[in-house]
Amino acid sequence: MRRSEQRARAAARANASGANAPRNAPKATGRGSDRATAGRRADDRGGVVPRAVVPRASVDTAITVSHLSVGVAGGELILDDVSFRLHPGRILALVGESGSGKTTAALACMNHLRAGLELRRGTVELHAGASRFHPEAVDLLTLTERGTRGLRGGTIAYVPQDPALSLNGSLRVGEQIAEVLRAHEFGRDARERDARVAEVLTEVGLPSDRAYQRRFPHELSGGQQQRIGIAMAFACRPAVIILDEPTTGLDVATQDLVLKTVYELTTKHDVAGLYITHDLAVVAQVADDVAVMLRGTIVERGAAWDVLHHPEHPYTRTLLDAVPDMAGAREMGGGPAVAPVHSVRAPWDDGRGGDDDAGPSRSRDASTPRGGEAARGRGSGVVVEPRAGTEAGGSDPSRDASEVPAASGPGTAGGDRASVEPVVAVRELWMAYGPAVILDGISMDLPAGRTTMLLGESGSGKTTLSRSVAGLNDRYTGQVLLDGHVLAPGTRQRTREQRQRIQYVFQSPFSSLNPRRSIGDSLQVPLEMNGELSRAQRRAAVADALDAVRLGRSYIDRRPGDLSGGERQRAAVARALVNAPSLLVCDEITSALDVSVQASVIELLRELQRERGLAMLFVTHNIALARHISHRLAVLEHGKLVEYGPTDTVLRDPRHEYTRSLLEHVPTLESAG
Amino acid sequence: MSAQRTSESFTRRVLRQPAAKLGIVLTALVLLLAVLGPLAVPAWTGYGTNSFAGKPFQTGVFGTDNLGRDVLSRFLAGGWRLLLYSALATVVGVGLGAVLGMLAALRGGWLDSVIMRCGDVLLAIPQLVFALLAVTVLGPQGWVLVLVIGVTHAPRVARVIRAATAGVVAEDYVLASQMYGVPQWKILGRDVVPNIMGPLMVEVGLRLTYSIGAVASLSFLGLGMQPPTPDWGLMINENRIALSLQPWGVILPVIAIAVLTVGTNLIADAVAGASAGRVRTTGKGTR
Repeated sequence: MRRSEQRARAAARANASGANAPRNAPKATGRGSDRATAGRRADDRGGVVPRAVVPRASVDTAITVSHLSVGVAGGELILDDVSFRLHPGRILALVGESGSGKTTAALACMNHLRAGLELRRGTVELHAGASRFHPEAVDLLTLTERGTRGLRGGTIAYVPQDPALSLNGSLRVGEQIAEVLRAHEFGRDARERDARVAEVLTEVGLPSDRAYQRRFPHELSGGQQQRIGIAMAFACRPAVIILDEPTTGLDVATQDLVLKTVYELTTKHDVAGLYITHDLAVVAQVADDVAVMLRGTIVERGAAWDVLHHPEHPYTRTLLDAVPDMAGAREMGGGPAVAPVHSVRAPWDDGRGGDDDAGPSRSRDASTPRGGEAARGRGSGVVVEPRAGTEAGGSDPSRDASEVPAASGPGTAGGDRASVEPVVAVRELWMAYGPAVILDGISMDLPAGRTTMLLGESGSGKTTLSRSVAGLNDRYTGQVLLDGHVLAPGTRQRTREQRQRIQYVFQSPFSSLNPRRSIGDSLQVPLEMNGELSRAQRRAAVADALDAVRLGRSYIDRRPGDLSGGERQRAAVARALVNAPSLLVCDEITSALDVSVQASVIELLRELQRERGLAMLFVTHNIALARHISHRLAVLEHGKLVEYGPTDTVLRDPRHEYTRSLLEHVPTLESAG
Repeated sequence: MSAQRTSESFTRRVLRQPAAKLGIVLTALVLLLAVLGPLAVPAWTGYGTNSFAGKPFQTGVFGTDNLGRDVLSRFLAGGWRLLLYSALATVVGVGLGAVLGMLAALRGGWLDSVIMRCGDVLLAIPQLVFALLAVTVLGPQGWVLVLVIGVTHAPRVARVIRAATAGVVAEDYVLASQMYGVPQWKILGRDVVPNIMGPLMVEVGLRLTYSIGAVASLSFLGLGMQPPTPDWGLMINENRIALSLQPWGVILPVIAIAVLTVGTNLIADAVAGASAGRVRTTGKGTR
């Protein structure tokens, strides 16, 4: 057996064990995949050698898409002259943002156009010998519905974005995989198919025993569901596999596992992969080649390493800048593209002793006074509460620096209370649904001008905690204090002034704004409920807030439906700011957004914090954002605060196993191979 | 205002469908007939002199009925009551049902259970049987008719509206309004009602169709309008005895009622389609 194959098998076995205990996955796997890549590179240089198991790898190219143009029926073009090739054993990543046409291009490879789209021009050629079903070359776009059906699943397989939606909830998973095999008449008899089901389950790193096969999709975790989806796609040994953002919605550890599975299977079985994503960090981990799409055209293409490290097109550079990286040395979004450099020093720890300013915007720092002074300077203005202003200004940088070691561990969380009075403090928060404890004695401080990042997997209680602070959840025991005064649990019991000082931004901008009201109408609600301003004054305040979030006042009469996701989220942030709050609670506000949009929203929040001395509680599951926005990091697991301290301390020296596993699995651009 | 823009585009979406155009034409035809008819009654609508069950064009255009009354006159004069009553019953039914449904969804808990279980009890009794019972007890008056039909509609409307409201209430913007301390009635008016307009309009169209049928049926059974009032439902009943001699007394009101119900139903369908389409375009998950 070839050495690379042996390695792949071994890794697959490692995966199988890792499925049950993902946290024990060795850190070396990243480097392992690099080695595998190197090995494969050598293979490619030596010409593609036909493998015993998979004879169809004798071809050099599986699919050639040439000059593909697709448009809205009677309307504008969605794809404009798109060409790419898929090679056996290599993964091409199609990168672009929402609406760039990447999914349309991928689906065209399966001869599928969404309703309302029409083919204008181009061919999708399946090469001779690429598939055992089609010995001759065939243009997929000319196939009949019947011919296409025979091809899908067997020759060209598809892994959809959301496994929970794409699996049949009433079919056992083993049966579901067997169904694909039956549909494509794979194997001679039922026994052979059963054997294949067990085999493919092992290949994707899942248990293959009978008991596991008899489970229903809802009995599996999200990551396992997605691997079932991948198993279904690989079941018939397809020649081409199309993956449509298969790791969206998975946590980093699971994403890591799924990406490795995909990588191994395509390499091992010489499958040509097309991976659709908007996340360049994922590209770095999984892809051999990259094609960057912008508004229906491919603007840059090349080997993954080249594109990621020497991007030529400005758009690619923008995308790269938008990727949050653990080093945090770059400014996210905007600014000149700087080659990512690993640095141990936190961005704000730039030798000036202050942690007021998040450092990535050094150019700005050089010309403007420090954040604290900026906040104080603005404190006389309308937007900043006098209290918040003085507090931000009063937090002497040198004292902050000295407080850092004091608050390094989970036990000493309250250690810095003496030096900086927090705007909002949480004391011994506890909550349970029946026997399930959601929050287990949580205490933390949220000082002015600082961001506390709340990190944790879904179900760890981070949203419950943030909602308790904001008053959207009133069933907790314990205390939330605002300036030392205990707050009532629910917003309705809180005073108007208390309500105004703590503002909450919802996760999904698609749900948090009433689609039937104009932005201006939605945004003036907090002011209206305050009852102090006239209609005209409220409108003026809303216009100012829209300016502050860089949307501009022209958006005041538009409706959420006319806005993109990022614009909507900005509007939602504006709604929270219109009342000049002291604390902004942001609940995974970037999780529904594209990477570059995320970068701009993060940048916006940082600027707003600098201008107004806001305290922020930023909830996320994306640890890579930590360096970019947070001063302090709090990690939640099963309702417990397992890690709490200054961000760089936690990132440099994570004490808890869970934090370490999160850090290990973060995809970064550095792993590009 | 921008609110107008949405309603305009919604109307345009409805009107783009040919079925809606046809429905509007049909409904408008009957509506005109019923409204302008009483003003254009050509002859005396009471008892005729000697021509019982007169043939068309011998006595009047459509002849006379078995009591010697001019069919065309009674047809023209007898439509507005049916329309008025069914419209009022629809308003009562949809209004009551919508309020109860929204309340049930917004408040939840015991109030939800009480409202919906009471509705279930009403639903268990067939609509017409319930109406018959009520009219028999309370007497065949116009307001009784309107009220009874309205009340039987309410639980059906409440179910649909409760489901639609539950979907809206789950959205974050309702939570946001609650967070800002917006009073409940304002949340209903601004956040809920505009976002359930689609299903609400569908219910209006559907319930109007059913109301027309119910009012006409009750009149036919002698529990609605009382003779000698000219009324389409009543006319069918009175003239069916002499159907072989004078069919027009039955055919005219039957056609009118049929055209009206088909027309309103087509409109309701079109509205439903347009609102479903709207839901698709403004829904979440645009990626």
